[in-house]
Amino acid sequence: MTTYYSEEHEWITVEGDTATLGITQHAADQLGEIVFVEQHGQGDEFDKGEEIGVIESVKAASEIYAPLDCEVIEVNGTLEETPGALNEAPEGDAWIYKIKLKDLSQLEDLMDLDGYKALIG
Amino acid sequence: MTDTPKRTPLYDLHVELGGKMVDFAGWEMPVQYPLGIMGEHKQCREKAALFDVSHMGQVILKGENVGEKLEAICPQAYATLKEGKARYGFFTNDDGGIMDDLIVSNAGDHFFVVVNASMRHQDIPHMAANLDGVEVTEIFDRALVAVQGPAAEEVVGSLCPAVRELKFMETTVAEILGAECRISRLGYTGEDGYEISIPEDRAVEVSRAFLAHEDCEAAGLGARDSLRLEAGLCLYGNDIDTTTSPIEASLNWAIQKRRKEEGGFPGADRIQRELAEGAARKLVGIKPEGRAPARHGVEVQSLEGNTIGEITSGGFGPTVGGPVAMGYVAKGHGAPGEKVNLIIRGKAQPAEIVALPFVQQNYKR
Repeated sequence: MTTYYSEEHEWITVEGDTATLGITQHAADQLGEIVFVEQHGQGDEFDKGEEIGVIESVKAASEIYAPLDCEVIEVNGTLEETPGALNEAPEGDAWIYKIKLKDLSQLEDLMDLDGYKALIG
Repeated sequence: MTDTPKRTPLYDLHVELGGKMVDFAGWEMPVQYPLGIMGEHKQCREKAALFDVSHMGQVILKGENVGEKLEAICPQAYATLKEGKARYGFFTNDDGGIMDDLIVSNAGDHFFVVVNASMRHQDIPHMAANLDGVEVTEIFDRALVAVQGPAAEEVVGSLCPAVRELKFMETTVAEILGAECRISRLGYTGEDGYEISIPEDRAVEVSRAFLAHEDCEAAGLGARDSLRLEAGLCLYGNDIDTTTSPIEASLNWAIQKRRKEEGGFPGADRIQRELAEGAARKLVGIKPEGRAPARHGVEVQSLEGNTIGEITSGGFGPTVGGPVAMGYVAKGHGAPGEKVNLIIRGKAQPAEIVALPFVQQNYKR
């Protein structure tokens, strides 16, 4: 299992050609208290850079984007009732999707933890 | 605007308390503290919260018959506003639109007016030009803080017992820690509380004394916005502006009977006509049925799919525990209980028209 990070403050932990996707603690902290998560459904497919969901905090709505071409294979349904979990454990229990990766070579465009830490300073 | 944002006398205190500072109407203000918007919101509903509102314009009006003269530019009955009383109002333009909303207090030998930060530049010259023989003085050397919440009387009263005697919309001058303050029992959160004008060199000391009370915490603009929204109070620039009339904005209650009947203020033709015949649209409370907040600009549709209005303020209501919104809907719509759809990111989300406020106002009448 390897974890990669995007410039849009998402993480994906990859196992074979599937991965778990979520937002980083840094992103959650910046958004503030999260009150609603809009998720797409299982089976929906996305190109890299497409909007794959919306997170609403008490302050504003923020989109999340597909870090690479993917298909949603599982949606974390617990976020509908407890969106605040995204503030508590965005890199743990409050993952957003499990996805199937379509082009593993796109992983090269993502960052490792050190790269991401450098990005957020 | 490339001007450097201005700082209030409490700026250093905000930073010390961990306030997240943002530019608001040209002022560097705390949007929240480490407690967070929801925590600060609940603090205000359950105990007491202190807000810095020094960015708002404080104005002294001195002269003969100030209240009567104000009636020429406001539809409120300020000529009959008794000494020691405050009254919400607004400046209207010739089209019956709202130029700004304000609080006017009769302070005996003068009138004390508080206007929005974003409209100071307009309101001060507007008053100076239209209040003949009245000296209009903008105050730059006093902070303005609001202590709001059910424990506000305890927090402020522990330092200044005189405030316990004030009722909602009453104002007085009293000393707090030896500093001469103007204290008015009002606010914009839907809770009991006070707005206190303090000499700038004593503002930090007095604010610290309030915050030292176990029931009082600092709160920022984020909580101020969600509190006023739940209380069904309009935000100038969002819910009301020069294109909205007070009748459209459901502010009929803020125009006293004599003024409704006699007119004699800018835009009286339209306002009196709308009072008689109804306005083309009306500001109403809108409660989304799902969890998605509906924010400013979201389209409101009838169940048949016709556009009937627009959300002007919306977000998450921490006390309600879900999304809340206000918006305009066309004449013929807007009865409490009416089902509508809100178009959020292209999708229709069910919602219901509700009576305002979302949270019962808790004033000391």
